[in-house]
Amino acid sequence: MSADSAKWWPAPLLPRRDGGAASLFFVVAVLSFLASLSAIGGLAAQRAAEGWKDQLIGSATVIVRASATDTPDAASARAAEVLAGVKGVSEARALDKATADALIARFLGPEPLPDDVPVPRLVAVDLDAAAPATPAALAAALKAAGVDATVEDHGPWAAQIMRGAALARWLAIALLAVIASAAAAVIAFAARQGLSARADLVEVLHLAGATDGFIARLFQLRFARTAAQAGIVGAAVAVAAAAALRQFGAGQSLTALLPITWTDLAAPLPWPLIAGLIAAVAARATVDAVLKRSP
Amino acid sequence: MSRKPEAESAVDVDPVAFAPPVVRFDKVSMRYGAGPPILNDISFDLAPGSFHFLTGASGSGKTTVLRLIYLGDRATSGRIELMGRDVATLGRRERPALRRRIGVVFQEFRLLSHLSVFDNAALGPRIAGRKPASYRADVAELLAWVGLGDRLHAMPDALSGGEKQRLAIARAVVNRPDILLADEPTGNVDPAIALRILRLLTELNRVGTTVLIASHDEDLVARAGKPVLHLSDGRLTRFDPAARESPQ
Repeated sequence: MSADSAKWWPAPLLPRRDGGAASLFFVVAVLSFLASLSAIGGLAAQRAAEGWKDQLIGSATVIVRASATDTPDAASARAAEVLAGVKGVSEARALDKATADALIARFLGPEPLPDDVPVPRLVAVDLDAAAPATPAALAAALKAAGVDATVEDHGPWAAQIMRGAALARWLAIALLAVIASAAAAVIAFAARQGLSARADLVEVLHLAGATDGFIARLFQLRFARTAAQAGIVGAAVAVAAAAALRQFGAGQSLTALLPITWTDLAAPLPWPLIAGLIAAVAARATVDAVLKRSP
Repeated sequence: MSRKPEAESAVDVDPVAFAPPVVRFDKVSMRYGAGPPILNDISFDLAPGSFHFLTGASGSGKTTVLRLIYLGDRATSGRIELMGRDVATLGRRERPALRRRIGVVFQEFRLLSHLSVFDNAALGPRIAGRKPASYRADVAELLAWVGLGDRLHAMPDALSGGEKQRLAIARAVVNRPDILLADEPTGNVDPAIALRILRLLTELNRVGTTVLIASHDEDLVARAGKPVLHLSDGRLTRFDPAARESPQ
């Protein structure tokens, strides 16, 4: 055996460079980018919704109407005092007139209201997170103290937010499923084209005694590797984009809606593996189906 | 049909004559779709270690016969046996093992252009799942035998026509097949190279490989002096008694 042949090691049976490989790489990288963004966005949306819900169900607002014998300030102070003593309430604060006016100004404009307009006062109640007081308990305590007030527990708002969050979560999952399906379809198409373009190679391998499984494995590994590499690129770009948003978008409305955390950036980590698996399964199924029809 | 042993006590029995045929065609017909028949009731046997030429004009069905033997097609009717197995009963998973016992050489070489000479020649054992260390030396020796010992790392595009055909032969015989089929193996090479290729094929036959060469090169056929199966209009019209084929 010559020194030359002693050093020989088998070269890949499929050509390293293939006509459509660059296009396939690009398409899978784009799909990977979108999937990664969906995953990050889904997590951030879920966190935003949870945060809003926690704020809403951890608090209540009490609208206090002054009686004929009370000033609004006195009525709200008394209500706050009563509420602070209810089990399950951690804090109750009477909001002053300026705060109440500011809240109303959103609906009635910035001009100050005439003094004779009876503006209800508000009491902000923070509930105990572990065992929050129920709206009924708050109302009963106020009624017992002779305070004319309405308890707003934010429950309907919280329910709507959670419904919205669930919808956003399902949308993210659906988007991921659509992207995964698109990736599988693209890989299947590319595998079929690759097999057709390499019909000469496939025939030679068959003649040399290759099983269908041997040939399918060649294509399977090739497409899995390409998809995984493209998945890494797409995920990396998505992570970079999300990191930039996290770093430079603080205080902007988008980051308030999508509060991305640094840990969210790990969400795309599995995607290259998933892309590789999708490609492996799609390519294998396609090539197996085509080869079964050959003589 | 092949003959049965007449008397075990016979003294001058040629064992090859009574061995089961490596290839048996029994009233085989072939047509593609609704087209005209390519082969029409072809019957012949190839004994182990025999050497035959398959001749006939272009379109006479030579390549179809080879394709049927290397399991590239299925016969429309009739029975084909390879190494004692009826190919019609072969499952898809059984075919690769049988194909490894058949070497095929094409006029247009069908080398893999992205693989080196060594990689092309090593295709068979690699596909058979052998570890490189177990066949490196055999492949190097084989390539030296066909005169390509100094071109191991060359790519096929850098080879001459004769070198390509010798590489194709090396690739076809690397697994030591029982049958070697060659479809116009000298069609793309000059006469001197054609003779060299014929010598290689003859040497392979001497070590027991059954050889069937499809060729319309009458000079080469005459020079080889081997039995001939002649196809004309899909029928085996010439029978060479020395070849021990079935009468037509």
